[in-house]
Amino acid sequence: MATSLQTLTGHKDRVWNVSWNPQGTVLASCGSDRSIRLWGKEGSMWVNKTVLSEAHSRTVRFIAWSPTGKRFASASFDATVNIWNCKTSDIECTAALEGHENEVKCVAWSASGSLLATCSRDKSVWVWEVGEDEEYECVSVMPSHTQDVKRVLFHPNEDIFASASYDNTVKLYKEDSDDWSVFCTLNGHESTVWGLAFDGEGQRLASCSDDRTVKIWQKYLPGNSEGVPTPNNDPVWKCVCTLSGYHNRTIYDISWCPLTGALATSCGDDAIRIFKEQPGSDKNAPTFDLMLTIPQAHSEDVNSVCWNPSMLGLLASASDDGTIKLWDFSKIF
Amino acid sequence: MSGKERLENVNPHIFAKAGQRMETPTDWDDDVYDPFDAREIFDLVRNIRDPEHPLSLEELNVVEVGQCDVSDEENYVMVHFTPTIPHCSMASLIGLSIRLKLLQALPARFKVDVRITPGTHASEHAINKQLADKERVAAALENPHLLEVINKCLHPQNAA
Repeated sequence: MATSLQTLTGHKDRVWNVSWNPQGTVLASCGSDRSIRLWGKEGSMWVNKTVLSEAHSRTVRFIAWSPTGKRFASASFDATVNIWNCKTSDIECTAALEGHENEVKCVAWSASGSLLATCSRDKSVWVWEVGEDEEYECVSVMPSHTQDVKRVLFHPNEDIFASASYDNTVKLYKEDSDDWSVFCTLNGHESTVWGLAFDGEGQRLASCSDDRTVKIWQKYLPGNSEGVPTPNNDPVWKCVCTLSGYHNRTIYDISWCPLTGALATSCGDDAIRIFKEQPGSDKNAPTFDLMLTIPQAHSEDVNSVCWNPSMLGLLASASDDGTIKLWDFSKIF
Repeated sequence: MSGKERLENVNPHIFAKAGQRMETPTDWDDDVYDPFDAREIFDLVRNIRDPEHPLSLEELNVVEVGQCDVSDEENYVMVHFTPTIPHCSMASLIGLSIRLKLLQALPARFKVDVRITPGTHASEHAINKQLADKERVAAALENPHLLEVINKCLHPQNAA
């Protein structure tokens, strides 16, 4: 049903994150060996094209591509975010975003490419404006969480974003007369929220947690026909589904495939799981079925999963075992 | 830890050490698979030194063989440790030392949980959550000052 296509080796330590560029032609990876690696296809095989070996002075935790794929940003435990320009074959670091007090856990680009969000163990979430000539200006610093902030993610088509934290909550942010603020807090997880994923249209948000569950949150606009209250006339994101009983340890990451609507999770129990909404299930109380489990996807914790945005069913995963794997799930759709 | 600093627990109870692990007839037989047992896990952590006293975690009863659980078949290890006093500020550091020791010594196939014995520390939940968060553990172990302190606990013979 699912085929392991290839194992990509090269990282010398835990791989924290894998991320496809928007075209789906380049896979970026990063990890505890402080390097960033870029992988491309040659014939039928994916090969290592570039190694940025001293990308940061500490662990590189996360990679995020700009919507055009001409740049990517890397977040590091060294408290900085670097911006890399890959317009030419020579990849250059063109900016370093400084300001967080300690480990930066994640970075995200807005769909328009004009904004960045970053988050850190210092409990704050920062918004940056992308100016001309690679200038990045911080426009908002929000001490919005009471603990370590693990993840930030922009909506696929609106200028709003979400953050996930060690304080067990997810928060949603909007621009508010030149400043940014939280307009919705999602309570429900019983432990650290590690990962976030929007569906292709941005109507739903999935979150995964140390509480071993996945939650699906749905957007309700003011005046919605379901009668969900919307205080302050802001959209409300409400939990419509909890997937529990499937995962045996912390769920570190979740990816929502824009092509198939399938959810993939990566877990501390070494497994990758694929979920899909039941056809014809109630929009306001959807049912998601576990389609497939790969029990020993890696020999250690799986930290990251990412669906390829253009090649149907192609999934990349990254693990504590130092490897990246590519999977073909096209046959199950 | 300089000697001038005030000790939190000035006069800790000192407990007797366990004897040597009894050898079994098959210990040296390469054809027999020896699964990890609780005593082996205990032997890995018993000699870690307390950050405050020149004593081992075993002598302070912080770790006990009965608090080390292992399932070789399920690749799972759980160690509970008991801080000497309920407000011990060293509890995270002790937990981190135990975690690092097991990380270094056990095969990667093992999932390891290190937790405070229920009801023995005021910040039990917060410390357990911190020790279970591998990202924070990884970041802590990249901190050279912290790593030096932990290494002194793990290798007291090398400490000045």
